[in-house]
Amino acid sequence: MRWRRSRPPRDRWPVADEMPQDEQPAAQATPAPEHTEEDEEGSSRLGARVRGILLPVLALLTAFIIGGLVIVVTDAGLLGMWGSDPIAAIGASWSAVAGTYAALLRGSIGDPGQLIGALVALDWDAVKQAFGPLSETIVSATPLIFTGLSVALAFRVGLFNIGAEGQLYIGALFAVIVGFSFVGLPWFIHLPLAVLAGFLGGALWGFIPGILKARTGAHEVIVTIMLNFVAYNLINWALKTAFVQREGRPDPISKIVEPGAWLAPIIPGLRAHWGIVIAIVAAIAVSWLLFRSTKGFEFRAVGLNPRAARYAGMSISWSIVLSMAIAGGLAGLAGASVMLGGSKTLSPGFSPGYGFDGIVVALVGANRPLGVVGAAFLFGALRAGATPMQATTGTPIDIVVIIQALVIMFIAAPALVRAIYRIRAERRLGSEVFAKGWGS
Amino acid sequence: MKLELRGITKRFPGVIANEGVDLVVQPGEIHGLLGENGAGKTTLMNVLYGLYQPDEGEILIDDKPVRFDGPGDAIAAGIGMVHQHFMLVPVFTVTENVMLGVESTTGPLRMLDKPAARRRIIDISERHGLHVDPDAVVEDLPVGVRQRIEIIKTLYRQSNVLILDEPSAVLTPQETDELFGIMRSLIDFGTSIIFITHKLNEVLEIASRISVLRRGKVVGNTTAAETSKAQLATMMVGRDVQLTVDKDPAKPGDAVLEVHDLVVRDERGHAAVDHLDLTVHAGEILAVAGVQGNGQSELVEAITGLRDSDSGEILIGGERLGSDPREIYEAGVAHVPEDRMEDGLIAEFTVADNLVLNGYWRAPYAHGLSLDGDAIVESATRLVSEFDIRTPSIFNDVGNLSGGNQQKVIAAREFSRPLKLIVAAQPTRGLDVGSIEYIHRRIVEKRDEGAAVLIVSSELDEVRALGDRIAVMYQGKIVDVLAPAEATYERLGLLMGGAHPEDHTPDEMAQVAAAAGPVARG
Repeated sequence: MRWRRSRPPRDRWPVADEMPQDEQPAAQATPAPEHTEEDEEGSSRLGARVRGILLPVLALLTAFIIGGLVIVVTDAGLLGMWGSDPIAAIGASWSAVAGTYAALLRGSIGDPGQLIGALVALDWDAVKQAFGPLSETIVSATPLIFTGLSVALAFRVGLFNIGAEGQLYIGALFAVIVGFSFVGLPWFIHLPLAVLAGFLGGALWGFIPGILKARTGAHEVIVTIMLNFVAYNLINWALKTAFVQREGRPDPISKIVEPGAWLAPIIPGLRAHWGIVIAIVAAIAVSWLLFRSTKGFEFRAVGLNPRAARYAGMSISWSIVLSMAIAGGLAGLAGASVMLGGSKTLSPGFSPGYGFDGIVVALVGANRPLGVVGAAFLFGALRAGATPMQATTGTPIDIVVIIQALVIMFIAAPALVRAIYRIRAERRLGSEVFAKGWGS
Repeated sequence: MKLELRGITKRFPGVIANEGVDLVVQPGEIHGLLGENGAGKTTLMNVLYGLYQPDEGEILIDDKPVRFDGPGDAIAAGIGMVHQHFMLVPVFTVTENVMLGVESTTGPLRMLDKPAARRRIIDISERHGLHVDPDAVVEDLPVGVRQRIEIIKTLYRQSNVLILDEPSAVLTPQETDELFGIMRSLIDFGTSIIFITHKLNEVLEIASRISVLRRGKVVGNTTAAETSKAQLATMMVGRDVQLTVDKDPAKPGDAVLEVHDLVVRDERGHAAVDHLDLTVHAGEILAVAGVQGNGQSELVEAITGLRDSDSGEILIGGERLGSDPREIYEAGVAHVPEDRMEDGLIAEFTVADNLVLNGYWRAPYAHGLSLDGDAIVESATRLVSEFDIRTPSIFNDVGNLSGGNQQKVIAAREFSRPLKLIVAAQPTRGLDVGSIEYIHRRIVEKRDEGAAVLIVSSELDEVRALGDRIAVMYQGKIVDVLAPAEATYERLGLLMGGAHPEDHTPDEMAQVAAAAGPVARG
């Protein structure tokens, strides 16, 4: 992974997230090398930046194109038309695909005309209605940001945190317990307390695999997967205890969180809540932690070359334990945000796999905090738009799952995208030979 | 078979790796190809071996142009290559490794015909005095023997031209001598050899013709008889270089590093350092010579806190420090690790980040938890110019620099603070003459400023050039400490092989020297 490469001016310390991935070292040479590359002078930083996001954008585009083909092929009526009247079939296919995607977009972002109209007219009800889809996207994206950050942070330290799902559940349990246990606390005390509890619950669940790895070498993938099961069943058990279970209910469901600990809606009447703000603050915090703090320096060093980290006097064990605890805490915040902002009560299986989707979000976001936010919004939008799309066009929800899978596939295989669009590969070989070639 | 490269040009984006290279290898000739790292030797050989296509120029075999689209074509044309890193399957026997890719079969079931292959291997081995047991499992064999297996592999494939890429880099002096014997035997049978190296004395000893590459071009073509070490060195780097280190006599002060009765175990629990004593004084360089794998790495790791010692004590400045690398670093100890990419640098980190790798956590680079980017950039900019690190920018990944520049990054980081003790393991391994000279100068500079210096090296040239005293390490012990004047190549070579000249007759010494190979297991 190369997230901090050449950067010409020295006005600011480079933050990795601002660094385009494919930026070439050639154009900005501080001490002038003896050979300079002839071309590339013009395609300076802007070009490099465009190239940095070009591949993800093309991956997305390709996924939607193939998704369109799938829509056409799976529609029996359209398929029949291709046999009888191919000309009409082209038009019909086009409108079917366009209609589906328009519905997906309306379901996830909303109707642009309606949005502007509502804002201009300042009609509260119209605003609420127009922003409904966007609100749903935010609701889906919020936990994904947290779990994506959780996986990405651990990954930077060289750890695969497959346990975000379990950490999320434990975080949710802690947040709910604090949420219903204190009655009458002012919100500015109760809410932070409940959020903190969520963080600590997840952190505890991340700390366990961390300490086991550091002390005994137990592989974190195995331990985190197993702890997911422990977490599910711990929740099931806890929800049956008198302390947690709601009075008068035979089924496993928790007491309701006191209003003081609620994450309020950003716009009254819509479901999007202030959890998204916490999520974005968390992304900024993780970005700072990784790229501008001494601990992050250690984390990344341990992740890239543990031997060199040890040589430099860093503690590998401590980095593993600390990073896993923080990663767990972030996943715990996902649980807390769903509890305090959404359901306000804990029930088994409330998460549709936010923890596992976090792995995908981290992958698509290239383990960069701001990339994670972008990826979470993408998947949040697909998830939010799927149901309205099915309702209006009859295209099955599965098409969205297919598109998600295709996006992941193309992001995971950049060489494929490059081949499709005939993009020249990053000139790694060239630049390497270049750097080595002019001797020492 | 006569081999000729004519006008070979190979370009990579932004750089010309080879430019108009002409090279003629006569049948039965050892042709030395000399050049610094990055001079284009490997690219040229990869063109010859079919791994790269030349942009211009042609390859001729017996005056007929040929075209190699891959190594398969080159092998079929009779070209064999022994890479620097051996391409052997450790768990296979010698026979299986040699057969790999050219398996011969027998009978209706097409069973592997190992007996036939085995016979041919014994044949080849005997003809050239290779002494390889065809039934031995490769992982049990020392490095020198593995190299001979690679040579057998090429002969088994009936190569007429053998390319040896830096073959002596992994060998003891005695093993190198054996290799040269084998090479001479091969040319007697008509094989030609291209011998790639950057070691001047070796190329002078073994090669009949010598071509020197610099920056992708042939800058000299001469014979061993009519050139000299100094002339070759000048051709190689393009200017006069000093082959000896210019230094004043040491003025030793107080003992800075004292090691008493130290025992350190390796991963397998063997006492790699075995009741070892040594002392290094301020203002002197103690060079430890030895074949790799005689406990030097473990000794260095124990001193620098990377490995716990079993018993004995290590005093730095008279104090017994714990085994925390950071505490030892703070006590004014610099460590140039043996493997710079493995231990000393993080390839994916920038030059700037690598320069603060062990100081990032304190002022001026950090305030509390927060890194101070400006301070890091400022110090990196200063060090890059001070230590002449050639990099397009301080924000380039260190992994993209040449070996010499990577080592300069380490030197810049380790030497740019007040030091009591420098522990440098193989400080110039794989570097070209220019960089070696530079690193040596920096080390002597530090000595003159009063630091105690412990150098561990398997390069005899380096040990002799740098050491104010020369210790020889063998099987975990210091077997002798010599003054530079007494430390001849022969004497060092014998001591490194475990022989003590006073105790043995010349015949016995020769035997021990020959046996040194298996000890040098890497």
